[in-house]
Formats: sequence, C-alpha cells, structure tokens
Amino acid sequence: MSALSDDIKTRIRAYIPRYPSKQAVTLPALHLVHDEYRTVSNEAIVEIAGLLDLHPSEVHDTMTFYEFFKHDGDKLGKTRLWVCRGLACMLRGAYELQEHCEHKLGVKCGQTTADGKITLEFAECIGACDGAPACLRDDKHEMNVTTEKADSLIAELKR
Amino acid sequence: MGFEPTLLARINKPNSAKLEGYRADGGYAAFEKALKDKQPLDVVTQVKDSGLRGRGGAGFPTGLKWTFLPKDHPGPIYLCINADESEPCTYNNRILMEKDPHQVLEGIMLSCYAIKSNRAYFYIRYEYGDAYRTLQAAIDECYAAGLLGKNIFGKGFDLDIFLHRGAGAYICGEETGLIESLEGKRAWPRIKPPFPAIEGAFRKPTIVNNVETMACVTQIMRRGIDWFKSMGVPPDPKNPRDAGSYGPKLYTLAGHVEKPICVEVPMGITCRDLVEKHGGGVWKGRKAKSVNPGGLSMGFLDCNAPLKGEDGKTEYDIPLDFNGPGKVGCLGLGTAAVTVIDDQTSMVDVLHNVCQFFSHESCGQCTPCREGTGWMLKITDRLRRGQGRTEDLDVLVDVADRIGIIPGTTICGLSDGAGWPVKTAIRKFRKEFEDAIRDGSKSKYARPLAMAGAH
Repeated sequence: MSALSDDIKTRIRAYIPRYPSKQAVTLPALHLVHDEYRTVSNEAIVEIAGLLDLHPSEVHDTMTFYEFFKHDGDKLGKTRLWVCRGLACMLRGAYELQEHCEHKLGVKCGQTTADGKITLEFAECIGACDGAPACLRDDKHEMNVTTEKADSLIAELKR
Repeated sequence: MGFEPTLLARINKPNSAKLEGYRADGGYAAFEKALKDKQPLDVVTQVKDSGLRGRGGAGFPTGLKWTFLPKDHPGPIYLCINADESEPCTYNNRILMEKDPHQVLEGIMLSCYAIKSNRAYFYIRYEYGDAYRTLQAAIDECYAAGLLGKNIFGKGFDLDIFLHRGAGAYICGEETGLIESLEGKRAWPRIKPPFPAIEGAFRKPTIVNNVETMACVTQIMRRGIDWFKSMGVPPDPKNPRDAGSYGPKLYTLAGHVEKPICVEVPMGITCRDLVEKHGGGVWKGRKAKSVNPGGLSMGFLDCNAPLKGEDGKTEYDIPLDFNGPGKVGCLGLGTAAVTVIDDQTSMVDVLHNVCQFFSHESCGQCTPCREGTGWMLKITDRLRRGQGRTEDLDVLVDVADRIGIIPGTTICGLSDGAGWPVKTAIRKFRKEFEDAIRDGSKSKYARPLAMAGAH
C-alpha cells in the first residue's frame, strides 16, 4: 500500500513546474506530508524521492538538517505548541512560561501528551517580540502569553 | 515638523492587505509607470542614486548589488526575497508582510523589471504562517488583476512570484544558505566567490533582497530620490567608503520597554530617543543597563558607559544609522532591532541565552563555528550555575575572536554574529561577570545542560 495518498501526490506534483529542478520541491513536499500525516515515515521519504527523481537519502539528508520534521516513529500531536525562548521573550518570562507548560502538560519540550493532543516544543525567536512572551500554535502566533492565557489555550487545545 | 510614516502609512487601515485598498492609495502606479515609460536600467539607476542600502542586516547598497549581474545575460535571472527574518528580536518584515503585502510585492515587481528577472522566489520562514497566507492571498489577487503572469500591462513583461516556506532554521537567512535551502538541500552556506549575482539559485545569476528593502524600492520609485535622501544621515566626508544612511527605517523595540512596537523614523535616531520617545521608556520605571542595538549578532551597548569626547552622553545616545553602533564596538546596525535590558537583569543570563541561540542555530558546516558556539554555551552555562572559573572570561573572548569570516575561519558570518555579543558583553560588563564568578552565585534559571541541537 502506498504511504502517500493520491491527493498528496497530486499536490506535490503541482509544485514541480514552479522550479527549474525537481529537488527544489523537497521542502514543500515534506511540509505537505508532515502536515497531513504528522510525521514523515521512511516509506513516505521513498515515495517523495520517487516523485522528485531523487535518491531517498537525498530527501532524508535535507529533512534531518532542519530538525523540524518528525520521523523514525515519532509523531506530532494534533497541535504543535512552541514556546519561544528568544531573548525578547526570555526577558519577559519565557523560561517561566516554558516550565509552566511542561508542568501543566506533564511532558518535556519535544514530547507529545499521552492523549495525542499537544506536542510541546521550544522555539528560537519566532519574530513575535512585540507580544513577548509568545507562542506558536502550529504556525500562528499567540501573543502576550501569560500563565493564565497558556492555561486557557491548553484547555482549548485539549478539547 | 512631524514625521509622516511612509512604509507603515497603511498598516492601521481596515483591510490594509487587500489589493483594492492598496490601489485606491495609489498602489501599483509606480510599477505601471515603470513598465510603460522606463527602461529597466532607469529603475536600477534610480534605486542606485537614492542611496538605498539593504535593510536585511549587512547594509549593502541595493542598486550596486543589482549592477553585479552579468550584462546581457540570456537568463534566467532570479530574484530571491529573504523573508527568513530570524535574527532574534526582529519583526519589522513580518509587520510589512502581514499588514501591507502589496507594498512589498510592488517592490518585487519593480526590482524584477529592473534586473530582467521573470521569476521571484519569496523565501519565508515557517513561523510566519499568517504572513504566508496573507502574501499568498495578495499574490492571487495580483494574478487575477493581471499584475502578475504573462505580458503585464501589455508590455511583454512576464513575472511569477512563488512563495517558498522554510523549516525553522536561522541559517536560511544567510543568502547562500537560503539558496541551498530553496534548491531542496541542507542550508549550508556556499563559499564565495562566486557571489549569487554571478552564480546563485539553480546556478543562475540571482539577487537576494530583504522584504523591507523591497518596500523601500516601491517608495523610491513612487516618490523619487530627493524624497528618500531628505531623510537620514549623509555619508561621512572623512570616510570615502561610507555610503550614507538615507531614508526611513523600521526599528523594532523589544525586551524591557513599556511598549514593544515597530516604528518608522528617519535613519539615525538615537537609541535613547527611540526607547524613551517611541517605546514609552524602560518598563516598570527601571533604568536601561544594556541595549542590543540591531539583533543579537550586533553585540551590546553599555547604557552607562560615557561616550568619548561627548560630554554627558553615553553609549545609549549613539545614533542608529549604519555607522553608529560600530563606533561603540558593536558589529553594525544589523536589523535595527533594539532590545532593552533593564538594570535588574543579569548579563550572565542574557549572555547564556545568546549563546544558547547561536549554538542551536549553527548549521554545523564549519568546525570553528559548530564547536565554538557549543563551547561558549557550555562556559556560559557553567557561569550560570555558579561554577565559573576566572579564566572563563578570557576563554570566551578568545573563542569569540577566532570564529567568523572576519578572522577568516568560517564560510559565513553566523559565527561573527555569535562572537560579537560575547565579546561586547564581557568587555563592557566584565566586573559583573567577575563578581558572579567570585560569589559563585547561581542563576535562578540554572538547569542541567541541555543537549545542543544540530543547527
């Protein structure tokens, strides 16, 4: 059975005309697969490589560089919640916020809650310094995250 | 006379990101005029003569960079927009992309026309999801309105703009790292030369420009050279290599200020005025101890250190133009991201945070940077745990001095940026570090050392 759905394959192929080389579709393809399946399995890597005329090792090489994509059996939860630890956020309580979230969720950064709802991560500066301390909810900024706001955000994501 | 913002003029308007409103405010008229009445070289000349210097951090003159492209190249030539804005405490590009994307897109169209490029790759960091979606909607509007695509305004000029999302790596803001990442490879910066203008993306001539630079191009083509040069700081007559610091600039305020905001003012405002007049001062009625004047890579000011020959003034009073921060030992203006550190914050904690960032974001390609940033993190962590040794400070400065393209030991400038905050912090706040070592005082944040990541 194919690791990637026909729909995902079609969406990956749609990127190919945008670039003079198929390899340039590596990151868009990884994002599409990662968003959909919450991980990039070895089978998915082989299929992406097939679509882009690459060796699977080339896709794997690029993918692992970013430390952004979950793989090797690791899987993202429903929501990925990043706590920024950049200097601007650190000066306004990021370390305390990170600890609060770890305690509240019972996981360390990089781990997923047992119910599969939230993957907690730390982030380097996410460019939301006007709302420090800030979090990233998947790819959307949450600004001025007090511990109270973090609690209500977590409650919402746990529903 | 009050200063009227130009780059940020539209950001508080309702639906400021929509094409209709942008056109109602005169948008895309400069692009249409350029296509109908001007030659590409006219656009290059106007941008060059305006004195615009790139807003991404290095401050290289934009028009001059464009002239490095090979003459009469058969193409393709590419424009890459660097929207990987990852320098800590910097967010001005994000404001432009989220609130006035068409101003940026018009700059891209004008620039592509100038450099004879039919395709722009807009590399945007993953963390800017809202900006990505806003830009994509704006690009879609442009295709529907005939501003992008084939034969624009019937003048035979074709242009496509493609957004390309990053995956959370600071190194992709280095222009050749960005190109490698765009090509689907690990974002390892390339050895230069060849510079991208000769051989860049997909081995073709490529210009890499910053988002705010593009917004400036739009305004220069709309308002002219005199308008741009009416603001800022002219070149230092004693320095023949100084290109001046003209135009408006977006400064971002962060850290211990009352109001962390993005403001537009003429280049050359002093750090003190920026914080006091625009940021509402230091928060909680405290005093500023240190300021990072342009993103972490630029190093630190000591707000209490007197300026030589300037009675009563301190490093806090330096002008934030391209030359100002360099006069007090900082690397430069950088991204003009100003972060304030109040007098109750430990510089040991601040420096540890800085080292943590660079250690995590070093791409690992060059040994001095990969190892050096890790060593500096380990040493600052030791300081933070109250186990510092007297020789640690000299070792830190020694490492910081030896990594980077200035000492010539690495391929890109990431580690110059990693070293500068270390050198400036220790040279300027040495007593605080020495006291911390002598007392063996432990930071409230001290933890077991986390493993450093690979990028």
